[in-house]
Amino acid sequence: MLEIVFFYIASTVALMATVMAMTRANAIHALIYLIVSLLAVAVIFFLIGAPFAAALEIVIYAGAIMVLFVFVIMMLNLGEKGDKQERQWLQPSIWAGPAILSTVLLIELVIVISQTSGPVSVTAVSAKQVGLSLFGPYVLAVEIASMLLLAGLVGSFHLGRRYLERDNLEKQGGQ
Amino acid sequence: MSELMPVLLALTILIGGVAGAAILTWFERRLLGVWQDRYGPNRLGPFGIGQVAADMIKLLFKDDWVPPFADRLVFIFAPTAIVVAMMMGFAVVPFAPGMMIIDVNIGLLFFLGMTSLAVYSVLLGGLASNNKYALLGGLRSAAQMVSYEVFMGLSLIGVVMMTGSFSLVDIVEAQTDVWFCFSQILGLIVFIIAGIAESHRLPFDLPEAEHELTAGFHTEYGGMKFAMFMLGEYLGLMLISCMIVTLFFGGWHGPMFIGDWLPPFFWFSFKVFVVICFFVLLRAAIPRPRYDQLMSLGWKVMLPITLVNILVTGAVLLWMEGIA
Repeated sequence: MLEIVFFYIASTVALMATVMAMTRANAIHALIYLIVSLLAVAVIFFLIGAPFAAALEIVIYAGAIMVLFVFVIMMLNLGEKGDKQERQWLQPSIWAGPAILSTVLLIELVIVISQTSGPVSVTAVSAKQVGLSLFGPYVLAVEIASMLLLAGLVGSFHLGRRYLERDNLEKQGGQ
Repeated sequence: MSELMPVLLALTILIGGVAGAAILTWFERRLLGVWQDRYGPNRLGPFGIGQVAADMIKLLFKDDWVPPFADRLVFIFAPTAIVVAMMMGFAVVPFAPGMMIIDVNIGLLFFLGMTSLAVYSVLLGGLASNNKYALLGGLRSAAQMVSYEVFMGLSLIGVVMMTGSFSLVDIVEAQTDVWFCFSQILGLIVFIIAGIAESHRLPFDLPEAEHELTAGFHTEYGGMKFAMFMLGEYLGLMLISCMIVTLFFGGWHGPMFIGDWLPPFFWFSFKVFVVICFFVLLRAAIPRPRYDQLMSLGWKVMLPITLVNILVTGAVLLWMEGIA
């Protein structure tokens, strides 16, 4: 019973934070709301019996990816100019179309969910089970993901190396 | 009673953490004095311990000022994030058998999650100050902490592999005979270095390097908000020390040749004390590296070490399984 109450509190927080994240003009405020939304989703994961997914949601999404988002915003340092542009982009004429289309999807989703009976299973999935299924039935997906990461790694190496070489050339030219 | 235990313990940690951090500011300065052949604060009260009270009074009575050019809400929110995150991290620390707030099967991941959330404090503080030194400090800390989080997580994989669990109680129990500081020596070294970088203390305090960035991310902070940053830093130091003891030095177990005849909590707190002293010694002895040196140390030395450690640990475990 208590779990259901917690679930509804967490999902309300997640929904509200997401709406706020979409409507804020200031990028940093929007990001803080997005982080709150991710934390709320982590609580939901924990409640429906996936503590490992909950921990990873905090460590990776809230703790690493969002930090990089904040990092990029700090590098750009748009300030007031960025806020103004963001406010321009938030005109109803721009977001009305996608909003109507996603409302159709939402109605569909609600109908589908209301037809399935009974609650979601709440058997706790341990980290070991996650690992076994990752390297058992889903090993192909893991390998494909590692290839994707390798591509990213090679790409960033390439960009960084060219930069270094250019620096060295300039140094030599100076001497 | 057993249901009240976690609540009482949480209150004790809350008060003890703040008091411990306050005393640690004085203790650290005295210890630095010893190692650098000078006195440190020695005027107020016996051994200068009155300095703690004097500092607190000064910080409490300072004007709680928010710069008019700062992003007000984020500016106020930033210092609280680090204190809350670090305090939450203590929830999974096993101080003695049965003496912990909660034993979850993802304890180690919970600790990593909380330390990674503490990054926001420095980041948002630097950004909300709207000051170029603070911004540079925040930028540095973002890159530094995201990188060192990677090695911190990877350095613990060896311990998790040997235990077969993320639960911190299981990890301590697995060290009843031999501590992990012998078999996981590489993991220990990387974890200590990453721990200093995560709690951005000297020698890795580049986010607030005073000779180039005035005071880095907390340039605009004063009074109690500054004290919150300091509290967070010292709580981080204590949390990292607790985790080092739990993960590598047998937690509440006594040393193997002495045995467990002293109370477990004594062993735990004694070991944490020694580790904190070691961190202060590092601060006294090692100069601050340059920023690019710090980053290349991370990616070119620490990352390969942790990966080799994981590889060798896995191979040895499989080999031993094959023998048995």
